[in-house]
Amino acid sequence: MAKEEAIRVEAVVKDALPNAMFRVELENGHQVLAHVSGKMRMHFIRILPGDKVTIEMSPYDLSKGRIVYRG
Amino acid sequence: MITLKSPRELALMREAGRIVAEVLAALSEKTKPGVTTGELDALAEQTILAHKAIPAFKGYGGSRGRPAFPASICASVNDEVVHGIPGPVVLKEGDILSIDVGVCRGGYFGDAAKTVPVGRISPEAARLVAICRESLERAVASVKPGGKLVDVSRAIQQYVELNGCSVVRKFVGHGIGAEMHEDPQIPNYVSSEFPELVLKPGMTLAIEPMVNQGGYRVRTESNGWTVVTEDGSLSAHFEHTVAVTREGAEVLTLP
Repeated sequence: MAKEEAIRVEAVVKDALPNAMFRVELENGHQVLAHVSGKMRMHFIRILPGDKVTIEMSPYDLSKGRIVYRG
Repeated sequence: MITLKSPRELALMREAGRIVAEVLAALSEKTKPGVTTGELDALAEQTILAHKAIPAFKGYGGSRGRPAFPASICASVNDEVVHGIPGPVVLKEGDILSIDVGVCRGGYFGDAAKTVPVGRISPEAARLVAICRESLERAVASVKPGGKLVDVSRAIQQYVELNGCSVVRKFVGHGIGAEMHEDPQIPNYVSSEFPELVLKPGMTLAIEPMVNQGGYRVRTESNGWTVVTEDGSLSAHFEHTVAVTREGAEVLTLP
């Protein structure tokens, strides 16, 4: 049985939370808590609710992610 | 974490692999026009249980928003890539059917797949199936201790794309052993997003090229499982569970 690639997933930002955290919704409908990657903070890339973003996730904790791209 | 299997564990995996291969062989023989994928699933489950093994897919992967997989095999017809749910679908002359089987015996897993023709198929479909099968053979041949995982991915991608087909990117092969999905991920294409990995004797890998006639994009249907090609083109899927040995590779899912 093939494994779904877990490295990067597309998501849409639902809420902006304190401390540069965001609640994002994945393509499959799951809601995940995601923070902005350090590199994106350094370059002042702002994230707003409604943005389409790419997040990185670890298979060990599927409730959290890291936003690595705003597209 | 990637675990290296001991000779004792490899013996258990060989056992599981042999059952997988037997089930696949029995199902290929039964695949004919008029047969439903549900009947094939029932036969697979009987055969697996008769070997005192457990169907690995049944009940796998349930989570919020998606039910667990309900059957013992994945049966993916024509433009279905992987994870097709067997049911009342009647196979027609000219279809291609990808069958994926996984079993657990003695705590260890075996996982393999093949695409079989239903009756007589078109030359284009036959070509796709042949390309996919050959890409897996090349991948297995490229496995060697001290070699890199990316060389396995490259062997698949190069051969497939040279022949004008594409490899699915959203799904990957995987490590296998005491669990069905272990590290590492084994993409069928070359990408710097995956960590570099040097192969060592004792690693056990499920290598599974998924090859589309058209583009590589796929989408998942509303049942949460069945993956189809976005452009509706045909798709084939071959898989073996392979152990890295001191000399090269040993295919564990052989009869």
